[in-house]
Amino acid sequence: MKYKAGARKKGPDIVNKFTGGSWAYSRVVRDHFFNPRNLLLVKPGRGKFDAEGIVGSPACGDVMRVWLKIDQKTDCIKEFKWRTFGCASAIAATSMLSVMITEKGGMKIEKALKIKPQDIMKRLGGLPDRKIHCSVLGDKALRAAVNNWFKKTGQYKRIITENTRILDPNTKTTEADIEEAVLDGATTLGAVQKRTKVGVGYPKCIPEVEELIRFYREKYFGPDKEQ
Amino acid sequence: MTMTKRTVYMDYAATTPVDRQVLRAMLPYFAKKFGNSSNLYALGLEAKDAVVGTARKIASALNCRPDEFVFTGSATEADNLAILGVARSVKRQASSIKEPKIIVSNVEHKAVFSACEALKKEGFEIIELPVGKDGLVCPSDLHKLLDNKTILVSVMYANNEIGTIQPISEISKVIREFRKKKIENRSENSTFYSLNSNFYPLFHTDAVQALQYLDCDVNKLGVDLLTISGHKLYGPKGVGGLYVRRGVNIEPIIYGGGQQRGLRPGTENVPAIVGFGEAVKLVTSDKRQETRRIKKLRNKLERGIFKSIPKVVLNGHPTKRLPNFLNISILDIEGEALLLYLDKKGISVNTGSACNSQSLEPSHVLSALGNPYECIHGSVRFTLGKGTTMSDIDYVLRELPPIVARLREISPLNLKLGEVVRQAHHKQKMSEPKAFVGGQTPYFLRNKKQ
Repeated sequence: MKYKAGARKKGPDIVNKFTGGSWAYSRVVRDHFFNPRNLLLVKPGRGKFDAEGIVGSPACGDVMRVWLKIDQKTDCIKEFKWRTFGCASAIAATSMLSVMITEKGGMKIEKALKIKPQDIMKRLGGLPDRKIHCSVLGDKALRAAVNNWFKKTGQYKRIITENTRILDPNTKTTEADIEEAVLDGATTLGAVQKRTKVGVGYPKCIPEVEELIRFYREKYFGPDKEQ
Repeated sequence: MTMTKRTVYMDYAATTPVDRQVLRAMLPYFAKKFGNSSNLYALGLEAKDAVVGTARKIASALNCRPDEFVFTGSATEADNLAILGVARSVKRQASSIKEPKIIVSNVEHKAVFSACEALKKEGFEIIELPVGKDGLVCPSDLHKLLDNKTILVSVMYANNEIGTIQPISEISKVIREFRKKKIENRSENSTFYSLNSNFYPLFHTDAVQALQYLDCDVNKLGVDLLTISGHKLYGPKGVGGLYVRRGVNIEPIIYGGGQQRGLRPGTENVPAIVGFGEAVKLVTSDKRQETRRIKKLRNKLERGIFKSIPKVVLNGHPTKRLPNFLNISILDIEGEALLLYLDKKGISVNTGSACNSQSLEPSHVLSALGNPYECIHGSVRFTLGKGTTMSDIDYVLRELPPIVARLREISPLNLKLGEVVRQAHHKQKMSEPKAFVGGQTPYFLRNKKQ
């Protein structure tokens, strides 16, 4: 739905005409899934890579681990190797992210950090709606690895801290929870509340929650058009 | 490329192709013998005969009377008719049962669960009967849950994900004894004694997966209601049915012109019903032979996989299991990814992984067994059928190990089999189904010498 433009160009195999959702994957997704790029196949030797990061959990179904080689002089990511446990979209998204970062001889760290899940999805020719959350771990893994690099090289000021401010003290709902809910497709206050119960017993935080939902909705699904 | 891709279908529990003989039996009923079975002229009678003939075939397979069987549009509808039908009939009788209670096992099909979920909103109490590690219901557990408010117990005959066969006749014995005691214990001076309330709880079983391979004699099983389906037995889709024991009161869930004694009105889907009857006749006639053949193939597949692939766990009961079922969890890889890689080789299987479900929830059946999520995400279900041959098994055994090896290469995980099994045994969670975000060392990488 939200990626109609991209989806139409490269086309997922089957699109449900009632919901717009699709179960099948686009040609690009399939290509990256069956022929993943920049995969790390051998055990990395000590000091072979400059930084590494890992996100996800086997219980939730996705784990991504990335290894980076960074050129300190140019602040450029030269190599991006990875391994992913997860479904086709998770594997394809990590593969695509690795291509995006390394394709033009490497990418500046600052620029790489700006890659959003929706950029990866666009390059993949769209993902089925309910699979979008699988692709968001890629940029988180990158962030974890870059933080690892910053720590190693003493650039403490550049470390990106996860924003996990508690919004609702009753349910301990954090900003990250809202982000996760929006990514899972809860794009309205009602849907987010169903998932997190945020603000049910603490209505004071609702305006702020609504603002956050709008922010993340625009971040991941593009500017509001139909809503 | 001129080479045609080999296809190996191993998802017979999802659906089956229509048998040629079944199709041949159905064909005349589309354009030639197209009558409405409610009409009295020859065409109508022809259709009626066909429906009655099918009812007879099914009745002989279930050892019941033809008029104890109701055709529905699917097994889901039959499950709904059983559960909602009993519940509404209890409500209508305004009987002495207040706050009626329904007991279902926690590995039921979604059709049963969802119907119960709907009844919850109407004030019914729904109790889930937990299964053990091997997926079996314990009849004595059920005995503890039964009380005077219980109107219905529903336990599926053979599970649709792991194929585990429930001790249905033992369960029905517990229920029968409970009913007997209820009648003995009734207070003699109660003038409002109603025969009906003593007839409860009723017992329903979903035998959709079972009919092909197991004895479905309703009297031996001791069930009051039993669901079967057409398209799991090489019959057409869009037809199923419910056995309703004589004397059992159920209310219809749809209303219309009174067909099928008003229990399931609507013009009968004659071609599908004819096909259904033919399919039931065919599978029951070569049940024993087919069971033996399929079991041999399944065992070969199972042994082959366990031999060639390390870190595999069997889901469900090792022996009390349908002969065509093999549900395993392959550690460190994800089910949907495996499914797609196998699909590329022309092999169709199923998985209980969250990524493959509409709801993004991992399989409720595998969770009910107490399996850790790590395990469920890597679950694969092979279900064999009439078309499966020895060379298909060889093909899968040849193609599967390299695919698993490849996906394990891609995966950063390296779970320990012993740990997973131990956790599952204690029904403990290994880790929260919540993502950790950078910075910390996840548990499966801890205590590892770098």
